[in-house]
Amino acid sequence: MVLRMIETIHLTKHFDTFVAVENVTVTVQPGEILALLGPNGAGKTTTVRMLTSILAPTAGTARIAGYDVVRDPEHVRANVGVLTEGHGLYLRQNGREYLEFFAHLYGLNASQRRTRAEELSSRFGLYEALDRRIGEYSKGMRQKLALVRAMMHNPPVLLLDEPTSAMDPHSARQVRTAIQQLRGDGRAIILTTHNLNEAEELADRIAIIRRGRIIEEGATLDLKTRLLGPPLLELRYTGEPDGVFEALSNLVEIDSHGHSWVRYRTASPQAVNPAVLSTAVMHGLKVITLSEVPQPLEDVYLRVVNTYLEQDSQ
Amino acid sequence: MRSETHVAYTDLSTVLTLSERASASGLNRWWASIRWNMSRALLVTRREVIDMFRDWRILSPIVILTVIFPSIANWGAGQMSRWVAEYGGEIVGDRLIPFLMMVVGFFPISFSLIIALETFVGEKERHSLEPLLSSPLTNTQLYIGKTLSAGMPPLAGSLLGIAVYQVGVYFNVGYVPPLVLIVQVLLLTLLQGLIMVAGAVIVSGQVTSVRAANLLASFIIIPMTFLIQAEAIIMFWARYDTLWAILGGLLVLYVVLVRMGARAFNREEMMGNEIDDLNLLAAIRDWYRLVQARRPASEHRSVWRWYREEVLGAVWQARGGLVIVLCGFCAGAWIGAHYGQLLRIPPELFNLADWESRFSLILSSSGYSGVTGVLHVILLNVRTLAIASALAVFSFGVLLILILMLPFVVVGFLAAQVLAAGLDPLSLWASLLPHSLFEVPAALIAGAVAVRLGACIIAPPVGKTLGQGWLIALADATRAWLGLVLPLLMVGALVEIYVTPRLVLLAVGG
Repeated sequence: MVLRMIETIHLTKHFDTFVAVENVTVTVQPGEILALLGPNGAGKTTTVRMLTSILAPTAGTARIAGYDVVRDPEHVRANVGVLTEGHGLYLRQNGREYLEFFAHLYGLNASQRRTRAEELSSRFGLYEALDRRIGEYSKGMRQKLALVRAMMHNPPVLLLDEPTSAMDPHSARQVRTAIQQLRGDGRAIILTTHNLNEAEELADRIAIIRRGRIIEEGATLDLKTRLLGPPLLELRYTGEPDGVFEALSNLVEIDSHGHSWVRYRTASPQAVNPAVLSTAVMHGLKVITLSEVPQPLEDVYLRVVNTYLEQDSQ
Repeated sequence: MRSETHVAYTDLSTVLTLSERASASGLNRWWASIRWNMSRALLVTRREVIDMFRDWRILSPIVILTVIFPSIANWGAGQMSRWVAEYGGEIVGDRLIPFLMMVVGFFPISFSLIIALETFVGEKERHSLEPLLSSPLTNTQLYIGKTLSAGMPPLAGSLLGIAVYQVGVYFNVGYVPPLVLIVQVLLLTLLQGLIMVAGAVIVSGQVTSVRAANLLASFIIIPMTFLIQAEAIIMFWARYDTLWAILGGLLVLYVVLVRMGARAFNREEMMGNEIDDLNLLAAIRDWYRLVQARRPASEHRSVWRWYREEVLGAVWQARGGLVIVLCGFCAGAWIGAHYGQLLRIPPELFNLADWESRFSLILSSSGYSGVTGVLHVILLNVRTLAIASALAVFSFGVLLILILMLPFVVVGFLAAQVLAAGLDPLSLWASLLPHSLFEVPAALIAGAVAVRLGACIIAPPVGKTLGQGWLIALADATRAWLGLVLPLLMVGALVEIYVTPRLVLLAVGG
């Protein structure tokens, strides 16, 4: 079993004088999803293309399932399932022909090709459409077919570029569930997306890439804590809050407050929250809710990107 | 440790049978490798051919050119043959029918150009190339698969068209062409189709849009049109033997193009470039930097060392070209001598009476004297070598060798005449050798570096793109020209004007 299914060390790619990717070092273990986030042109696609041995690194190394992307390109590609930004479908073929063609390229025999095509298409609700021309498929169906194609040879590594774009909510849910199952099966997955909610839902770790460099990387929660501070909690109540804010400020760092609510930050909610509740009750307030305010990944992303934009402008 | 749990992919080692493994190397392994590569390539071919036959925009012209056009050609040939026969011009009909056979064969294969042109770049535009490039297919397998898929349907259409035409002509006017002619036309059709496909696949792999590919298609279709015109003349002249020479040339060109395509086929080139970016200024800067061949400041080199490493080194890099050009010189001299023996100039035409004064008069009246003469000679030699070098780039070196062979053909021819006339060869050598000692090495070096310029288009250096490889060869050529060719030509011109005439006069005057 390979512990680091995807591993890049100082991966760098220059196109003449243009630096597309610079010193990218990441690892993804089996059963782990890494979301690669970044503005357009940040170097996500170039990184993925190096990981599929389409582009050769200018410097650094990368290994997929133990195979070096420069020395063993065929084996690297055999171990990777790629969902590209464009669907890359042959519109005059039907779904079955398309899937069987790619499965054949990956060395599956006739029975495996048929079984896999039917099994995966059923899983994504495409079974009924398998014998229809791809040209007749909706955008979402095409996206799902491309995803099925990437999974046909059962690869241990998946590189998924915007896997749910153009999908209706039901299909998107199906795909997200499938990705979670794939993680459960021990696949190592790199997800590049602009859908930050999806990244937050699926990814174990986030890497933000800008101008070819990884500028932040870590587990989602760690990134939030590091960049946005401790969790933000909100207490809602009824009653007159006379003197309560002063009392609470001795316990926690108050972020903001209104007539019927107060928000505070704490790094140790288990210890602090009971005291906060007691204080509120002691001041005659009737507590309605105490909950964590969602801090979306979008805030982290914007914080990071804006910091670099400010640095650039200076 | 590598992953072995999920993947169904099989590589060559798992395809070899036990007996093939036992032999471990040699013919069996080579054959197994071919089988393996072909089986993978044919997967691509099969899919694309089926896809093609589902596209009426490709299918209908092929059907028209395969069935309807040959039928019209057959009808036209019949009408024409009968009409000219009324006026005793049967020969016109006899020449027209084979010519039309070639035309009928050519039209469907012209389609292979269009299909091949979009084979890679069209897929790139439709975003279907990346999944294919991400598959475990090797570059060779992809190249073969794509080339076959572009060439096979039009070639099949072409052969079918020729068959429809010939059968029709047989029943229409009872004409049966000689078997050799049929073979020649079939081979010409096949090779022309393959050449167009090979050329178009190279173009398709190097550009980033179908539009750019179509623009570059002129470089394939225009030479091919000239070739067809030449073939038409040959066929109307009924000099069918000449077609063998054309076939030989086409075969060489095809091999060159396939080699070039296989070397230039590069996933990185196809997916790395997003626009057809021609940055001439950057290219000139790169070329200038390469010409200077500077090393880091820490590595100081004397002028002589720089000259030895970068100028003589550039010539050494082109040593293959030196051998080829030298062989060309020898072949030229031999051809000249051979024809000199066959085609004799009558000895009485060698009039040596009053030769000395006539020679002086010729020299002064031709302007080949003094400083002007030196400049004249330099300009003439530089112009010839520069034109030959430029042609070498487009002809992969062939035209350069032919041009540089010509003076040796003349020398060989004259030498044979002088010897046959019983004259003293000293006068001939006196008029040639002194300046040739400088000019021949100059031509040899200029030819060699130019051959390299043409050759690196066919086979770019490993790890370099076609453009990078060519720029390196151009910089080497520039250094060789500045450091050796031009100085040699200058000295050669001085000798030719100030030394050679005196030696000739000495030799003739005794």
